[in-house]
Amino acid sequence: MDITLTINGERRTLPLEDPRVTLLDALRQHLDLPGTKKGCDHGQCGACTVMLNGRRINACLTLAVMHQGDEITTIEGLGTPEALSPLQAAFIRHDGFQCGYCTPGQIVSATAMLAEFREGWPSNVSNDLSAPRLDDEEIRERMSGNLCRCSCYPNIVDAIRETAESVA
Amino acid sequence: MRPFTYTRAEDAAAALAAGGRFIAGGTNLLDLMKLQVETPDALVDINHVGLDAIAPEGEGLLVGALVRNADLAADPRVRRDWPLLSRAILAGASAQIRNRATTGGNLLQRTRCPYFYDLDTPCNKRQPGSGCSAQGGFNRTLAILGASEACIATFPGDMPVALAALDAEIRIDGPNGARTLPAAGFHRLPGDTPERDTNLEPGELITSVALPAPTGGRQIYRKVRDRRSFAFALVSVAADVVMDGGTIRQARVALGGVAARPWMLPEAQALLDGQPPSAALFGRFADRLLAGAKGHGENDFKIPLARRTVIAVLTEATGGDAA
Ligand SMILES: Cc1cc2nc3c(=O)[nH]c(=O)nc-3n(C[C@H](O)[C@H](O)[C@H](O)COP(=O)(O)OP(=O)(O)OC[C@H]3O[C@@H](n4cnc5c(N)ncnc54)[C@H](O)[C@@H]3O)c2cc1C
Ligand code: SF4
Ligand code: FES
Ligand code: FES
Repeated sequence: MDITLTINGERRTLPLEDPRVTLLDALRQHLDLPGTKKGCDHGQCGACTVMLNGRRINACLTLAVMHQGDEITTIEGLGTPEALSPLQAAFIRHDGFQCGYCTPGQIVSATAMLAEFREGWPSNVSNDLSAPRLDDEEIRERMSGNLCRCSCYPNIVDAIRETAESVA
Repeated sequence: MRPFTYTRAEDAAAALAAGGRFIAGGTNLLDLMKLQVETPDALVDINHVGLDAIAPEGEGLLVGALVRNADLAADPRVRRDWPLLSRAILAGASAQIRNRATTGGNLLQRTRCPYFYDLDTPCNKRQPGSGCSAQGGFNRTLAILGASEACIATFPGDMPVALAALDAEIRIDGPNGARTLPAAGFHRLPGDTPERDTNLEPGELITSVALPAPTGGRQIYRKVRDRRSFAFALVSVAADVVMDGGTIRQARVALGGVAARPWMLPEAQALLDGQPPSAALFGRFADRLLAGAKGHGENDFKIPLARRTVIAVLTEATGGDAA
């Protein structure tokens, strides 16, 4: 069975002999996009975060076959070494990583998180559900689906806060 | 994962006719399929059947089974009139999971008992008749109420605890027609059939969840857990309390993390009706709600924790309006 989907703005056809392939494995092993990482493979670490039709999700907990016609954005679609996205540049400026394994997931997640915030979405730490403000506590809560084994959290929060302020 | 066939259903009738295991967000089912705890041989993808709208129904709200948890929590009507529901959803999982998880799938998520996940250990819920490793084993997160000899698992979710307190109704369609179940009566206690988590029959589809008119009460969801975010509840309390001057007109209180279903007791709630709030009253209420609670060693701490959390939530819920 073949499925067709748009990945980073490009239409791609994915031949699937077996429906068991997760979106994560399809990206890394069938579509030559290894930027998205596999940490836990169980939704617990966020290393595999991609955007599905603009929303961040865990690519390890969905099947590729379920995404006929969908639009996927991976870290490769956010910026290039020559033209970094604002968050990619901020992660470098603030040393938001050490080994770098969680970083693609952190950056895709943070990119989508800022869009969610601009839509006015609340979080578990929003005092006022109808008017959340993006302070550090909010950033930490909204990013809690992305673990960093090197524990670069303070620098990750700095990078995200700076980007939020500069694009706001 | 074990091999399975895949079908994408284009509407609810096709999904029901397809005869296979429904997959919605997949965030629980695929997790369990990877571990071979779940081994369906046919998956029916219900992500394209519709049932993804939130619409007014009378003074209430009708939430489609495929509405994503993130969309439900962010809906302006839910935030304004049923903040307990927004709060409970936002207290669960991560943003990535909430973006994918659905209303129906959330109700049907399975227990987080560690032995349920471990194929090498006996577990009556996973393999009926094999035994229960949690009794005498790791049971820190497990039940203090309504458990049985066969199983002491808890229902781990947050959203359904709020739905019980909000008196929501689960709407179901199936081979034998449409029916409804109250949210508080959707999940089952284990008894001697712990393999059955809910009163949904095989082949039935959850189509929507109906929220009744808002009570206008003070709504609170408090979740106590091992870390501040992205962790399951040890104990949670969902409360919707309507005050009438200095007395409590009506209180609905559900506990999460303590039993195989959201734990509510109408006769305990009746103790609160028409009474002025006081620490003594809340203590009597908590004792009634927790009557018969039994720890299994590691989880003994949950009994006093649940009691204190109930009292704290009721104090907060009645504080603002008590004067
Ligand atoms: C790391 C992690 C942390 C989590 N933390 C929390 C937490 O803190 N609190 C919390 O509440 N939850 C938590 N969850 C669980 C999460 O909320 C559930 O996985 C999710 O809600 C399931 O929804 P889904 O649509 O993905 O269901 P699926 O995985 O698609 O389906 C789950 C089950 O429901 C059935 N099903 C789905 N839709 C229907 C329908 N309409 N009718 C009939 N059957 C149906 C499926 O057949 C399957 O048996 C966590 C999950 C993960 C992976
Ligand atoms: S408590 Fe229930 S789910 Fe856990 S091991 Fe015992 S039977 Fe299995
Ligand atoms: S690899 Fe998907 S969340 Fe860890
Ligand atoms: S930088 Fe190493 S895991 Fe985050």
